[in-house]
Amino acid sequence: MALDFARGVIETRWHGRGGQGVVTSNQMLGKAALEEGNYIQAFPEFGPERTGAPVRAFLRISKKPIQVYAQVYDPDVVICIDPTLLEVVDPTDGLKKDGTLVLNTTMSPEEIRNKYGFKGGKVVTVDATEIALDIMGRPFYNMPTLAAAVKATGMVKIETVIQEVMERYPGKVGDLNKAAMERAVEEARIG
Amino acid sequence: MTTVERVPKDKITVEGLTGDAAIAHALKQSDVDVLAAYPITPQTIIVEDFQRFAADGEVHTKVIPVESEHSAMSACVGASAVGARVATASASAGLALMWEILYCAASMRMPIVFTVANRALSAPINIHNDHSDGMGMRDSGFIQLYCQSSQEAYDTTLMAFKLAEDHDVLLPVMVGIDGFIVSHNVERVEMLPDEAVQKFLGVRVPVQPLDPKNPITMGPLALTDYYFEFKEQQDRAMWNVPKAYKRIEAEFKKLTGRSHGMFEEYKTKDADIIILAMSSMGGTAKAVADVLREKGEKIGVVRLKMFRPFPTKEITKAVGGAKAVMIFEKAMSFGAVTSPLALEVKSALYDLEKKPLVVDFVVGLGGRDVPPETFVEGIEKTKKYLEKGKAPMYETLGVRK
Repeated sequence: MALDFARGVIETRWHGRGGQGVVTSNQMLGKAALEEGNYIQAFPEFGPERTGAPVRAFLRISKKPIQVYAQVYDPDVVICIDPTLLEVVDPTDGLKKDGTLVLNTTMSPEEIRNKYGFKGGKVVTVDATEIALDIMGRPFYNMPTLAAAVKATGMVKIETVIQEVMERYPGKVGDLNKAAMERAVEEARIG
Repeated sequence: MTTVERVPKDKITVEGLTGDAAIAHALKQSDVDVLAAYPITPQTIIVEDFQRFAADGEVHTKVIPVESEHSAMSACVGASAVGARVATASASAGLALMWEILYCAASMRMPIVFTVANRALSAPINIHNDHSDGMGMRDSGFIQLYCQSSQEAYDTTLMAFKLAEDHDVLLPVMVGIDGFIVSHNVERVEMLPDEAVQKFLGVRVPVQPLDPKNPITMGPLALTDYYFEFKEQQDRAMWNVPKAYKRIEAEFKKLTGRSHGMFEEYKTKDADIIILAMSSMGGTAKAVADVLREKGEKIGVVRLKMFRPFPTKEITKAVGGAKAVMIFEKAMSFGAVTSPLALEVKSALYDLEKKPLVVDFVVGLGGRDVPPETFVEGIEKTKKYLEKGKAPMYETLGVRK
């Protein structure tokens, strides 16, 4: 049994491509957790962000100050915002057996379970691309995917994270993101 | 001496800030007169944020966007000479380009605060964290304080001005955070109200400023006649630092409830093996000690914050009773007896009759991740060396061999 250095810490790993808003979404989720009285670490896989290249970001949430400064290797939650990455990376890599996998995809949770052989925990799928195109007219699918993750995990309240997004993007952009996030909460499939 | 009272909770602002942003906020609240800098990753956010504060009129600072780091530190020296409160920021190659002027700043006794997001040196080009830049400048005469977290970076930047400008000290201070690992990591940061910071820091009182009405020459020629005396004074000033630092931190603690010490001792009292590390690795080491102690292993941690001046007696006392000191450090000194941190620790322990075994691991160069498992690997090796009663002078860990 591997030693657990992250007791009392919820660890999340994000997958996306440079320019899709992985770092921002990660910070929004982190800041929402902070707002709810937690300690956090929200950091990108350190490096220059290149548009289109696969990028990762990490989040730690804890009731106590967090001491470990290293990448997340055994996440409780994995969020992948780009459907094309599912052919490139294995999002279940290192994911805890009882962990939660959140994907922007047209596939169902059952199809995803079969694809990766992931039996435990939860699988959450949402067609965030369609939601984003419908509501915003552009493929800004990071926030709706984030909303699905919040719904499935209850890491924070959805209202708190929407509030963070509205503060970061005041006005129309915030309103549209809010609408997309609310629809994602409704449409996310958990299985 | 004014009485300092704890700032009430409702006056504290809590925000999610990266290490860089936390430093930028501290610089903003420190009422810096002049900031001269040239951008370089992973320090860039510090100056970027500060430029925004300046553009929005939130600070009265004269920001000088210079054409190189050599010029940045030169401008800082000039501004500091007229009595201004001065700051700059850099990393890696940028820091290296300041080299000549780092020595001038220290030797001319300019209380400049220099925030650094520690990063590897070329070649090959690498933007990630290690301590090559900080260790490279270790003999320049700067005070060096290495921070674990965004909160500590904020706190330390504030205290750095008070330390640098103290009349018993008058030396520049480097405040270091781990590039990307902390510089780009959003953490919970408690910030003081502006008035509390202003009251804590006050206005810089220069001892002997450049003044056209009373002209003097600074940093002129001193050959065989007086150069040596300058260096003697500089060295004495450095050893005034611990006393001033403790006094300043005690005051800061009254204000905030927080203090970080010259180093942090964690579960060291009965420890067989003490992990000694700086910056963010000191944090990870504490988590490792917690978990291994549950398995019955007596592990402690010393997280060293003040590398210059090196707290020789205090460190000797803190680790002297252990069976082994396991050093984790992110720099190499090519061709040296051992690596920079181990050189200090071994020298400090030399006069002890019964010495702990010192085991030195160079890790994390160029940003190679140092997870808890690497510490466990180091501990296992250290236990074997203890059985043998002998360890290599240094070795690398987490590298392809």
